[in-house]
Amino acid sequence: MSIIENHKTDGEPFCDNPKLKARDVCVFYGEKQAIFDVSLDIGANEVIALIGPSGCGKSTFLRCLNRMNDTIDICNITGDILLDDENIYAPKVDVVPLRARVGMVFQKPNPFPKSIYDNIAYGPRIHGLVNHRDELDEVVERSLQRAGLWNEVKDRLHAPGTGLSGGQQQRLCIARTIAVDPEVILMDEPCSALDPIATAKIEELIDELRENYTIAIVTHSMQQAARVSQRTAYFHLGQLIEVNPTDMVFTTPQHALTEAYITGRFG
Amino acid sequence: MTFSFLLITIAILCVIAYLVGTRRAKSLASADTPLSSLPGHYGSLLSLWTCLPPLLLMLLWGIMDEPVIDHLLVAQLPQAVQEQGGTSVQLALSKVHNLANGANVEADASLSPAILHLVELQSRNELLSTGVILALALAGFALTLRRLVPSRNARNEMEGIIRGMLFASSGIAVLTTVGILASVLFEAWMFFGKVSPIEFLFGTTWSPQVALRADQSGSSGSFGAVPLFTGTLLISFIAMLIAVPIGLMSAIYLSEYASPRVRSFAKPALEVLAGIPTVVYGFFAALTVAPILKEFGTHLGLTVSSESALAAGLVMGVMIIPFVSSLSDDVINAVPQSLRDGSYGLGATRSETVRQVVLPAALPGIVGAVMLAVSRAIGETMIVAMAAGLAANLTANPLESVTTVTVQIVTLLVGDQEFDSAKTLAAFALGLVLFLVTLTLNYVALKVVQKYREQYD
Repeated sequence: MSIIENHKTDGEPFCDNPKLKARDVCVFYGEKQAIFDVSLDIGANEVIALIGPSGCGKSTFLRCLNRMNDTIDICNITGDILLDDENIYAPKVDVVPLRARVGMVFQKPNPFPKSIYDNIAYGPRIHGLVNHRDELDEVVERSLQRAGLWNEVKDRLHAPGTGLSGGQQQRLCIARTIAVDPEVILMDEPCSALDPIATAKIEELIDELRENYTIAIVTHSMQQAARVSQRTAYFHLGQLIEVNPTDMVFTTPQHALTEAYITGRFG
Repeated sequence: MTFSFLLITIAILCVIAYLVGTRRAKSLASADTPLSSLPGHYGSLLSLWTCLPPLLLMLLWGIMDEPVIDHLLVAQLPQAVQEQGGTSVQLALSKVHNLANGANVEADASLSPAILHLVELQSRNELLSTGVILALALAGFALTLRRLVPSRNARNEMEGIIRGMLFASSGIAVLTTVGILASVLFEAWMFFGKVSPIEFLFGTTWSPQVALRADQSGSSGSFGAVPLFTGTLLISFIAMLIAVPIGLMSAIYLSEYASPRVRSFAKPALEVLAGIPTVVYGFFAALTVAPILKEFGTHLGLTVSSESALAAGLVMGVMIIPFVSSLSDDVINAVPQSLRDGSYGLGATRSETVRQVVLPAALPGIVGAVMLAVSRAIGETMIVAMAAGLAANLTANPLESVTTVTVQIVTLLVGDQEFDSAKTLAAFALGLVLFLVTLTLNYVALKVVQKYREQYD
């Protein structure tokens, strides 16, 4: 397994109705290059799954899409990433509104040590999206409902968010992201810390959210990728090997490496 | 002489025992009877049984021999002294000891039988202790060696002994605290026999002058400690007013904003402040800060005493900054990165994240840090002794001179004092109050910090 010289991504990395466009993206951690010339479109209202063995750069690539890598000092990014044809790495771009448009859900549920209500209200408050207590109540209820958590927590909105179960915490984090009304939601292995039932709930939720949002999800579970996504991108040692419709990737993969991975020869 | 001789002998025996034990264990091992532990364990076991009992006996002997000898000596003292009892016996005994050791004290013929007896007792004691202790060492060696069989689980036995030694060490630390508390309690009890606790705790006049001699014309003293408490609180309050905001903000800067390069330089530099001896802070306060404040106050038309609570409080605040910043920095760093990521991921800025996520999460730890700093401020002595003055004014004006509990303890005990007068005993009562207050603060701080730990581990 070594880096393939001048690999050109197999399949269809581009699509007709792109929400996010990545072009020739390279990422460096100090001297070490983690991502090599990745070009990929993420279509509006689609769920795209990023899969690949550990350390293949799929999470790093995901974190580029809302500039979360800015918080790491030694991380350098070249190439362009365009959100609705605007380069998010242009010098004048402010990351605050960008991250409100491109939300993120993390691997481990990370509710703030605040009440359930305040967890959801956090985003709308810092972005000044609401003027009224009533409006805020409404946003909180709507977000929790969309995340399928409302019925479970409506009687204890002021209990601490950290007191929920792992699956509930992760749905709380999704609700928190939805509350700022993003256009794109990035999910970094959102179910890896959850049990199968909680995972099934989240997958169902992802499917429903597709109606209103564009979703990119990094996952280690190929079944999950197969269940929730329309397109699948396979990363290998920082290179984007293949992008194809999900059913095709899992039945007739184009590249030998993709096939080796999905048949479990490494990963 | 005998003491060092004994110690060296035991140390040599210890090494020999280790070597013998290891070798014996090796020679005993065979295919049929494998050793249940490593040979080294048998060596260590033998060595410990050889040296520990005699060392313990030595300690015990050292504590016990003097009272026993004194007890035997009393019979040899002149009849008249024995009848007087109490202090005169003590006095006579210490005189005997001094004379026997060749100190330059006026000789007293009536004591000579006692002196001779003492010299004899001492030499006998020396011989006896050396003999018994060495015998015990050899007995331990021989007995253990004989029972050194391969089936003996030397490893577990060693663990047990080591556990016991560790337990004894921590026991010493705890017992010392208890001992200090007991002595302070005892003296404070005597003080409260002379001055009522109500007067002490609620009286507003502090003037601890008492007549030293019966015929002296002097005041009977007044022991109302309220001015000391308020003085302590005033200075601590000023100090915390400086230390908490500056310390906390520098902690936030260091942990959230500073680049690794700045941090690697600034953090140790800040901690240097904690290493400056308090007496240096003291003369900085008294000779630099206080005159500046006085001059500045005069310009503004204020009367600033040349030893003011403000000067002492300011400098003490600077001294405490590293406590607050270093402890807060630790708790802020302990807030999981995932929480920050969650907040940044929602589009929060750095200061929003710090204010609304990091600080609330770290708050219990920060409170703990501040409380430890407060107890440090209350117990601080040198700066206030040099810069705040000795006048027990009951005032809330930081420009006047005040005094604190710690300063008064120092002044009460400095110089030639009678150790059963209300004046000196008052120091112990003050010490008791101080001890209780800082103990409570530390306890609360620890509880708060513990609660914080439970949240994330």
